[in-house]
This record gives sequence, C-alpha cells and structure tokens, in this order.
Amino acid sequence: MRQFSFERASDAAQAAARAAEVEGAKFIAGGTNLLDLMKLEIETPVHLIDVNGLGLDEISATEDGGLRIGALVRNTDLAAHETVRRDYGVLSRALLAGASGQLRNKATTAGNLLQRTRCPYFYDTAQPCNKREPGSGCGALSEGAFSRQLGVVGTSDSCIATHPSDMAVAMRALDATVETITPVGMTRQIPLAEFHQLPGDTPEQENALMPGEIITAVTLPAPVGGTHAYHKVRDRASYAFALVSVALIRQPDGSGRVALGGVAPKPWRSDEADAELPNGARAVMSRLLDGARPTEENAFKITLAERTLAAMLAEE
Amino acid sequence: MEFNQPAGDNMFDDSKVVGKPTHRIDGPLKVSGQAPYAYERHDVAEGQLVGYPVVSTIAQGRITNMDTDAALNAPGVIDIVTALETGEMPMPSDMNAAPLFGGAEVAHYHQAIGVVVAETLEQARAAAALIKVDYEETKGSYDLEAAWQEMREDRSDPVSRVGDFESAFEAAEVTLDQEYRTPSQSHAMMEPHATIAQWQDGKLTIWTSNQMIEWNRQALATTLEIDPDDVRVDSPYIGGGFGSKLFLRAEAVLAALGARKAGRPVKVMLPRPMVMNNTTHRASTIQRIRIGAQADGKITAIAHEAISHTFPGGAGENAVDQTRRFYAGDNRLIVKHLAEMHLPEANAMRAPGEAAGLMALEIAMDEMAEKLGMDPVEFRAINDTQVDPEDPDKPFSDRHFVECLNRGAEAFGWGDRNTTPGQRRDGNWLIGHGIAGAYRGGPAMDSGARVRLQPGGTLIVETDMTDIGTGSYTIIAQTAAETMGLPLDAVEVRLGDSDYPVSAGSGGQWGAASATAGTYAACLALRGEIAKKIGTNDPESLTFENASVRTGEKQMTLASFAADGEIVAEDTMEFGDFRGEEVVSTFAAHFVEVGVHVGTGEIRLRRMLAACDAGRILNPITARSQVIGGMVMGVGAAMMEDLAIDKGRGFFATHDLASYEVPVHMDIPEQEVIFLDTLDPQSSPLKAKGVGELGLCGVAAAIANAVYNATGVRVRDYPVTLDKYLDQLPAA
Ligand SMILES: Cc1cc2nc3c(=O)[nH]c(=O)nc-3n(C[C@H](O)[C@H](O)[C@H](O)COP(=O)(O)OP(=O)(O)OC[C@H]3O[C@@H](n4cnc5c(N)ncnc54)[C@H](O)[C@@H]3O)c2cc1C
Ligand code: SF4
Repeated sequence: MRQFSFERASDAAQAAARAAEVEGAKFIAGGTNLLDLMKLEIETPVHLIDVNGLGLDEISATEDGGLRIGALVRNTDLAAHETVRRDYGVLSRALLAGASGQLRNKATTAGNLLQRTRCPYFYDTAQPCNKREPGSGCGALSEGAFSRQLGVVGTSDSCIATHPSDMAVAMRALDATVETITPVGMTRQIPLAEFHQLPGDTPEQENALMPGEIITAVTLPAPVGGTHAYHKVRDRASYAFALVSVALIRQPDGSGRVALGGVAPKPWRSDEADAELPNGARAVMSRLLDGARPTEENAFKITLAERTLAAMLAEE
Repeated sequence: MEFNQPAGDNMFDDSKVVGKPTHRIDGPLKVSGQAPYAYERHDVAEGQLVGYPVVSTIAQGRITNMDTDAALNAPGVIDIVTALETGEMPMPSDMNAAPLFGGAEVAHYHQAIGVVVAETLEQARAAAALIKVDYEETKGSYDLEAAWQEMREDRSDPVSRVGDFESAFEAAEVTLDQEYRTPSQSHAMMEPHATIAQWQDGKLTIWTSNQMIEWNRQALATTLEIDPDDVRVDSPYIGGGFGSKLFLRAEAVLAALGARKAGRPVKVMLPRPMVMNNTTHRASTIQRIRIGAQADGKITAIAHEAISHTFPGGAGENAVDQTRRFYAGDNRLIVKHLAEMHLPEANAMRAPGEAAGLMALEIAMDEMAEKLGMDPVEFRAINDTQVDPEDPDKPFSDRHFVECLNRGAEAFGWGDRNTTPGQRRDGNWLIGHGIAGAYRGGPAMDSGARVRLQPGGTLIVETDMTDIGTGSYTIIAQTAAETMGLPLDAVEVRLGDSDYPVSAGSGGQWGAASATAGTYAACLALRGEIAKKIGTNDPESLTFENASVRTGEKQMTLASFAADGEIVAEDTMEFGDFRGEEVVSTFAAHFVEVGVHVGTGEIRLRRMLAACDAGRILNPITARSQVIGGMVMGVGAAMMEDLAIDKGRGFFATHDLASYEVPVHMDIPEQEVIFLDTLDPQSSPLKAKGVGELGLCGVAAAIANAVYNATGVRVRDYPVTLDKYLDQLPAA
C-alpha cells in the first residue's frame, strides 16, 4: 500500500470539488473493495476522501412513487428495507446473494456499483492487464490463460472482464438511475444502462463518471409489479461471485424483464431480448447473447444462462 | 523402548481416559484467542521488525539485476536481503525439490528472491513494490496433457507387475478402460506460513508454524550452514498445515536472513496470494485405469497408470499406490510417470497419493459395478482381500473394509436408493447416491517424550510433537493420564519445541499412533523411576490409579514421590521391523446423497456418512472432527478446488481464496461418522492407527458417483463442475 493522506468530507458538493482538485484522490465508503486493491497496489490513491459522514444513508420515497436510495446505504440495510422487499424483491434477493453478512454490513450502494472486476490477471500486478495498466496487454486472452470466470459478451480484444456486482444486475432490471454531483456542483442523472461502459480499446475507463464526480443516490422508478426472482449460479453454495446470474421480473401476461450478471462488463439487458420473454428462454438468450465471443473455457456460460432462465420460467 | 512385537493385553484394553470422548484441552485457549499463533507472538522477542517477501514474477530464467535503491530509501526500511547477494544456498533437505532462496536462477513463479525489512508491515510491503528486477526469461512447457500423450504407452519401468495383466485383461468377461483427471490443489490451510526469527550470540531461534520440528531444525541449519545445535524451533500452535508445513519453507529462511542482517528479530508471513505459487501443492494427475473381471464380479486384472507433474527431482503425486493393495486380483500392473515442469514444487498434501488416486479408482470401481450389473457395495466387498495382492504371504494386520461397507450401507439406507441413473427427482432436483471405498496406510514413526512429575502432583509432558488442529494435546494428555493413573486435568502437555525430545511430528496420519506411544514409553520410564524409589525393580507390581501408587497394602500419592523435587523421565518409542511384516492400513466407506439442479446443474449435498476402520479410536470427539474435516476437504476436491495452471506463463492463476474456492458452510450437509470397534495390535501399544487422512480418501469419488447416479452423466475430470455436464442434463 502506498502512503496516502486522508480527510473526512461533510458535504457532497465540497467532496466532489476536493476530489477533482487533489490529483490522485479517491472516495472511500465501506472500503471493502478499495482497501483490498490498495494493499495489492492495484489502486494507488494518494489521497482518500471518506464519504461516510455525508449523511447519504437514507432510503426515501420519490415524488413519482419510486425509491431514492442514498449512496451510503449499506447493502444489509437496503436488502432488509420493507419497501425494497415488498416492491423491488429482485434487488433484495440479488443483494443477499452477494458477498457475506459481514461484508454487506460495510458495503455501500455507490461502492457496490463501482467495485472492480475479479479477473485473476487484474489481481496479479506481475501480469499484463490493459485495465490495470493500459497498453500492457490482456493476460486473460493470452495463450494458455485461465479465463473460465470471465465475460462472453460486450467484451473486446483488449479486455474480457466482467462487472462482478449482483446488486447492479437487479438495479438494471429495475431501470435504476444514478444521481451524482459533479466537481462544479451540478447534479446529474445517469441511467444505469449508460453508467457502466464497455471496454473497447479503453478498459480502464469503466463508467460515465467524470473525475471527482460523486454518487449521491440511486433512484428506482415506481414499482413495476410482477414476480421477482434472482438466481445466482456458482461453484459453491455461497460467498462466491456468479458464473452467471439472472434477474427476472415477470408479469402475469408473460411479459417482463431479464438482466444477466457474470457474463459481461456491465449488467446485461436489452429491450429486444425482454420482448422475447413470452417466447421462452432460448428466444431471450439468442437475442441477449447475440454476438457473444466466449473463450473455450467459458463458452458454457451461454448454455448456463439459457438453462437458468428456463428453470426460473418453469418454476412459476 | 522398542515396540518389537504385537501389543498384548494391556492397560488400554480397560481404559478410563483413553478412548473416552474428551473435548480438546486447548479448546478454551483457542476460542478465547489466547493460543498464540506464530505471527502473533509479540512477547517472545523485543523489537520485532517486519519482513515482506519479494518474489519472482517469471516462472523460469535468471535474475540479471535487482535495483533496491528506491526501496532502501523508503520510509521505515531497515535493510534488504536479495537472492543475488546471498548467492546459492545449500538445499535444506532431500525432501525439498525446489530451492527456497538464493542465487540468480529462478526455478518457479513466486520463488522468493528477497526480503524487505522495515519497522511496519505497510512500510515493508510498500518498499518491496519499489524493487525493480530484470530477468532473462526462459520458456518452459506446462502442459500435462502433452506429456501424457508422449508417455502413455511407456511401461518399461513399472512400479510393479504381478502375473500377466495384458492377457488376463484380454480374456476378462467384463472390462473397463478409462481415463480420469485430477487438478492441482492447494492446502489452503487457515494460517499462512509465518515465522519470527531472532539471533542471539550466533544462535538462531524461530517461532514458527510447522508440522515437523526436528526436520525443520535440521533443514534450517543445513541451508544456513550453521550447527543444528544452534537452532531452536518453537511451534506450539499451528493453524492447519495439511502437509504444507512439513518441510522448511521460504518464510523461515527470509526471517532468519532478514534478522541476521538487520540485527533485530524479524517476522515474515507469506501473504495468501504468494502461498499457492511460493510453497507446495498437490500435483495434477492424469490416470488410466483398466479393470477386467469375471461375470461374477471377481477382478482378474487391474492396471493403474498415472502421470503427474513435478518440479525437476521431485516426486509428484503418487496416485497409483493404493491400487497395489486395495482390491484383490491376480494380474496387476502399476505404472507411474513424472513430467518435470518448472511449476512450483509439488509435494505432500493430506493423504498424498491416495487422495488423488482414489478420486479415479473409486469412480472406476463404480463404472465397473455398473457394467457387471452389480451393487457397487457388493462389488467392492467381493474383491476384498485380507492379504497383500502383490505378496499373498503378507497379511493385512487388521482389515475390516467389508464391515465398513456393510455398516455404512445399513446406516445410510443404501438399499433404498434408485439404481437407474437420472430417475429420481425432488422438484427441480435430481437426486443421486454414491459410495466410494477409502484406503490409507497406517504408518508409525519413532517418537520421544519427557515427563516431569511435579511436587504438587501434576505431570508435565514435553515432546516436539505438534498439534496442527488435530487434537494431539488432548490424546497425549489422555495417554499420560491413563498410564500414570492421573485425572486428565493433572496433566499439562507442552508441544512443538525443539528443546523437547524428538517426536514423530504430524504428517502421513502417523502422529496420533506414534506420539501416544512415545508418551506411553516416557510414562513407563517414570513408573520405573518411582519403582526405584519404592525399592523394587519390578514396576509391573505397582498399581497406578487415583493419583496414587499401590503396592500390596501400601498406598502413596504420586505427588509424594516428587515432594523433594520433580522426577524427570524420558524415552522414545522405536517401532521395530516386525511392523512391516504385515500391511498396516486404515479403511473406510463413504456414502453421500446429492441433489443436482436439473436446470442449472448446481450440486447440493444432502447428507454424508463415513464408516471407518482405524484401530482404537483414542478420542471419539477429536477423531470425528478429523474425519468430518477430511470429508469437507473431499467436498472441495469433488466440486470446486482447482489450482488452474496458466499454461503459457507457468503459474497457478487461481492464487487467492477468492479464485481458489474451498467449501463454505452452506456446502456442507449433515455428516455422520461411524467408527468400527477395532484394534490393531500390530500398529502400536495402544493398538491405534490414524484417521486424519482417511477422512478425505474416497470422498470426492463418492460425490462424483452420486452425481452420476443423479444425472446419468459420468464426469471423469475433477472438479465436477456444472460446465462439464450441463449440456447433457435433461430439459428442465
Ligand atoms: C470477499 C468478498 C466477496 C464479495 N462478494 C461479492 C458478491 O458475491 N457479489 C457482489 O456484488 N459483490 C461482492 N463483493 C463486493 C462488495 O459488494 C463490494 O466490495 C462493496 O459493495 C463495495 O462497497 P464499499 O462501500 O465497501 O466500496 P469501497 O471499497 O469503499 O469503494 C469502492 C469504489 O467506489 C468508490 N466510491 C465509493 N463511494 C463513492 C461515492 N459515493 N461516489 C463515487 N465513488 C464512490 C471508491 O472510490 C472506490 O473506487 C465482495 C467483496 C469481497 C471483499
Ligand atoms: S480481461 Fe481485462 S481485467 Fe482481465 S487481464 Fe484482460 S484486460 Fe485485465
């Protein structure tokens, strides 16, 4: 871990301004991801701005009947919130499928959205990785590499990493919006669909935030009803990242929404695929995973995604 | 004292303490955080500095330069030791294959090439990252499949051949010929390797975490080129080892070198992402098994041929060994190949050989039973043997494998299972049952102890035996209490210090049988001393019970003999050659029930049962813990553990506990353990053997067989993960 200086912020706009002003500054919330990455020198901030004192830990109703989730609401509290459990069940289930009880007690809404990939080559600073060190090459795509966990769709020749969040997959299915304050004090609303970016030639650029911009909340539109389910498939029963996860909201008429985790650099969903839901899992997945470019080791994720959705559809 | 003939009737046949369910005496210390592990021994040496390892980032080649200037000037840094500066050091022992430290050669990924010593961990770690290393890299081959294709038909140097396998296999009515694959595995013990080192007047003390104290004292002296008498090793508590801490490892060398150069005590712990590639692992294997049988199920021909990778000069994973003795059959062929690769060093991991070998053999037995149309329990029972199949004049000392099968089957309700694969469903879950046999040797090693009767009547036992979480403290205390007629709480056990008599140490599941025998020997020596005080040279005429000694009408408290000062006695139990005249082994049968999700292929275990035959069970509580812990490890082996090799760069890519998955609580169902009431007089005076490795053997195959029974898809490539059978499952 490199040496760093530290300050506690008490105002979101000021925090954003400070973050833009001090080169190499980063926000720290629960620290469950950032601290690990700092120990390995994958992240090397020179200045940390602690956002825990910003008071952004409320969950409140919005005017249009939706929900506003403060950036610092802990994953545990969000999963347990009565409205979330009643009206946004897919979110509660996705959160509870992630990490462990101790981690969820610390992990925050904003931190969860911004957690970084779990690609093993990203984690080993001796290995090439375009995301960690732009231009160094992609360890996971080199001859003989291990790529079983990595992405199959939305990837590029420079990076095939996945975004590991469960929460974000459910939020994508719920059409969430990310609320921010920019360093000049403007507020922005970024649809989650546009928040995470595909790697292209710049896998180090992972999201739509500008330097210093701070997340203040995530908002959910009014409840859409339907039956909510989240199925996370992994090699052990708990405490592991998804091989594939499926968030499903299904209406009585057979229409609905599907978002996938574990397969792409961002929560993966499309309107065209949603429209195929009445036609079954195969129809959905042939749209949703159209253009997939798996490696030999992770091609099974395509079959797995389809079978998981099929099982969920059959369950009701 | 020599154990030179089978144990006759003795005190342990009518025991009051040994064999009774006893909670571990070190338990309260452990659960209250008062049992200090190596890295936490802040009080043993003043002014401890922290050393952070520098490791190579190539798999093979030479270091051409190490630039340490920036690191030396970094905050808090006291000193740096580099491999270039020390130069090549003597190999620590002939049980280490890869060099631990020293010289320009890089033999594997994450080989230690330096240590940065600083005031704090953060400073040492930050400085280590500033060291620039230049290499000349050599490309190696890390492809076991390619090596197997080359060696597969080479039978020129078999491990053993009995009869004429080829003809018998050809003539057999029913045959099986299949290949199986097991991946490399990491010990993944809770406590990483850690050592504090201190030099005083040319003498070195290390406080460390190690299974074999004397091996380590010798190895450290050898590699540092100092007198072994100038080395003290202390390791009273060990947070798991599973073989990873049998031999000297780099962190101890780094701590010693760092402390010598800095002139202050230095502590070094391997961070988890270094453990997988810096230390040892179980090598991956490819195994071919051929079995031929008569229609009645009798095996007439059996061949087990396997390859594993190994560091040049190492032994790899001996996956074929159990097949020499487990099942009957007149014609036999055993072949072992090694593919030398500059991967990190493959070495012993819990049940080395059998764990990987039975993963294959016990699927093969299942497949063969199916071909024969036989119950797999019955097929195994039919092929039981009471003599070494390679040397029929040599009997097993005490073998009740068939009883394990039958008792286990009955308790498990094996008879109620569905016998046609893929036919039993519970909602979305396909239900399957599987069984596997287990075989693991029951070795013993010479083991010494010293006992000290205190004026107050307590007895202190000192031995360099280790407790790696197994329960050694408790069974040694039980043995001493039994032999001296003392209550358990009058015995204090001190372990893991090289100042104490040399013991068997912990490995190869020999610890329990050996160390209790050594304790017994020392206690008998003490009884001899007390007899002398009484004035008889026939200690047998004395009765030791209720903390007293009785002779005829006379009765004195044990404490009274030490009223004028402690009485010390010491002895070593030496195991005589007669033990090898019979095959001393342990046996078990494992039963499991699984559910496989018909849509996603996820596996959930529903219940597990083991029936074990391992001689006298010294303490049913700690023995059960050993077996269920082994079963958990078997779940990992079956379902998830995989040190995935990057075949381009020659290292294990899954080198942390996020990517190298081991089971979590939710993976483990109800576990039941049955111990047969058996005694093995050939094994030890207590007629005991070990269970620590037996609990793991065969478990993974039982799960693989259950998955087959559930799904109808046979997976012969571990771990049995859903990607290997998903597309063959029925539509949901
Ligand atoms: C062992 C382990 C297992 C895990 N398993 C799972 C799992 O199964 N599923 C899953 O989804 N997650 C999992 N996680 C990840 C976990 O969910 C994240 O670590 C957590 O959500 C991050 O939140 P945090 O508040 O701790 O973020 P931090 O670590 O504090 O920060 C993460 C990032 O967010 C930035 N940041 C934080 N707050 C703000 C803000 N308000 N505005 C702008 N930037 C901000 C930080 O600068 C940093 O870059 C696991 C983590 C661990 C350690
Ligand atoms: S997949 Fe992405 S994160 Fe992984 S090594 Fe390649 S560039 Fe780095």
